[in-house]
Amino acid sequence: MAMQTPAACDYSRATSVDDAIAQLEALGGNARILAGGYSLIPMMKLRLANPGHVIDINPLEPELNYIRQEGDEIRIGALTRHVNMLESDLLSRTFPDIFREAEAVLADPVVRNRGTMGGSLCQSDPAEDLSGVVVALKGKAVLRGPGGAERVVGMEEFHLGPYMTAVQPTEMLIEVRFDIHRGFGGAHEKVERRAGDFAIVAASSALAIEGGTIKWAGVACSAVGPTTLHIERAEEALVGQAPSEELFVKAGEMASADCSPNSDGRGPADYKRAVAGVLTTRALSRAAATALR
Amino acid sequence: MLVSISINGQEYSHDVEPRLLLVHFIREYAELHGTHWGCDTSNCGICIVLMEDPNSDQPPYPVKSCTMLAAMAVGYEITTVEGMPKPDGTLDPIQQGFHEMHALQCGFCTPGMMSTGRWLIERHPNPTQMTDHEIRDGISGNLCRCTGYDNIVKAIRWAAAYIDEHPESARTAR
Repeated sequence: MAMQTPAACDYSRATSVDDAIAQLEALGGNARILAGGYSLIPMMKLRLANPGHVIDINPLEPELNYIRQEGDEIRIGALTRHVNMLESDLLSRTFPDIFREAEAVLADPVVRNRGTMGGSLCQSDPAEDLSGVVVALKGKAVLRGPGGAERVVGMEEFHLGPYMTAVQPTEMLIEVRFDIHRGFGGAHEKVERRAGDFAIVAASSALAIEGGTIKWAGVACSAVGPTTLHIERAEEALVGQAPSEELFVKAGEMASADCSPNSDGRGPADYKRAVAGVLTTRALSRAAATALR
Repeated sequence: MLVSISINGQEYSHDVEPRLLLVHFIREYAELHGTHWGCDTSNCGICIVLMEDPNSDQPPYPVKSCTMLAAMAVGYEITTVEGMPKPDGTLDPIQQGFHEMHALQCGFCTPGMMSTGRWLIERHPNPTQMTDHEIRDGISGNLCRCTGYDNIVKAIRWAAAYIDEHPESARTAR
């Protein structure tokens, strides 16, 4: 059997975020940040990614692995591992229980020990679970570049296509921020071929319900388009309404209509389109039940 | 680049290409063939070894050694199946459990299964009370092509019970 090996590349470790960015700058864009490695290294083995240099940021755990509340935001560091998000009481309390549901079905426990928030987002795989949650919650990515310059990018600008993000060659994703909502409920629904696989289709939904009215909604679908899809039309239809099963069926129909799946080994496009609708309705129903609990 | 990795308490130093994967460092440079090399695509868990950060109080945790560069392991302690028995040759409880419960057929997935199984026991607050779902979900990153999962689950239970009765065997031997 031929062995899969990355193309020749150099390796270094970062001593701080600013050092990592300085190294990116010095290497003139021919380098990639290496975090958990469970996305980038397989991509390098497949020669789909051929960086001339990888900068290992695992030593930056004290600086970049955190989940904390600041004002009315939750901030998650880019090197926060999936297992940390799965087991976070703060995330469970603030966003019941969309992070835990997605993390529990994301890959397998061994991958979750090492894989990171930043790696998931920067891989920009439209079938990946955590990205669905970040899109539904309208997370904002903090990108730091040369000279410490930071910019904050919404998810609609962040994911440009499969494996393509707004992160520039000399920039690094350092944090993702989420607004806190009162009356929050969320859910993640996934259909997969086997435990730990990428989704055939997944739906991430979140609602904020106050006084019997939906004040805020987030609806995202994974594996049914070139990026994780934000189903805006469904969100607009939900906000201002009283939660009801009919409403959620309608929102599911919009997700079905607005997604753009391809037929592939995971199933035909019309099947995926139907599943996107069913999962969106289910996720919204459960999100509402959690919000009203 | 010169890469020096501590495997089973012994330091292995070799001049390797930075792109070398940890599994190949373990098998070809350290010449420890107990760690197997399976799908090569991060799916099968055959190549799983235990990794420990000496600066952290977390117990050793399983990593897929085909999905790490050898260079990334510098500074960590790696434990392979060769490092599991006590110095006198007494098998680790997880190894003994696989023996007692006949938890292998072809044996190819066994080193990875034992590494993940060891970690499941070590991290669980009450290992003897692990549900079947917890164990099966825990080993969902390890594939057994012989489909011998029933006995693998029993072996992990056997080891959990043994460690419960013999607390001195609780720490992963190195």
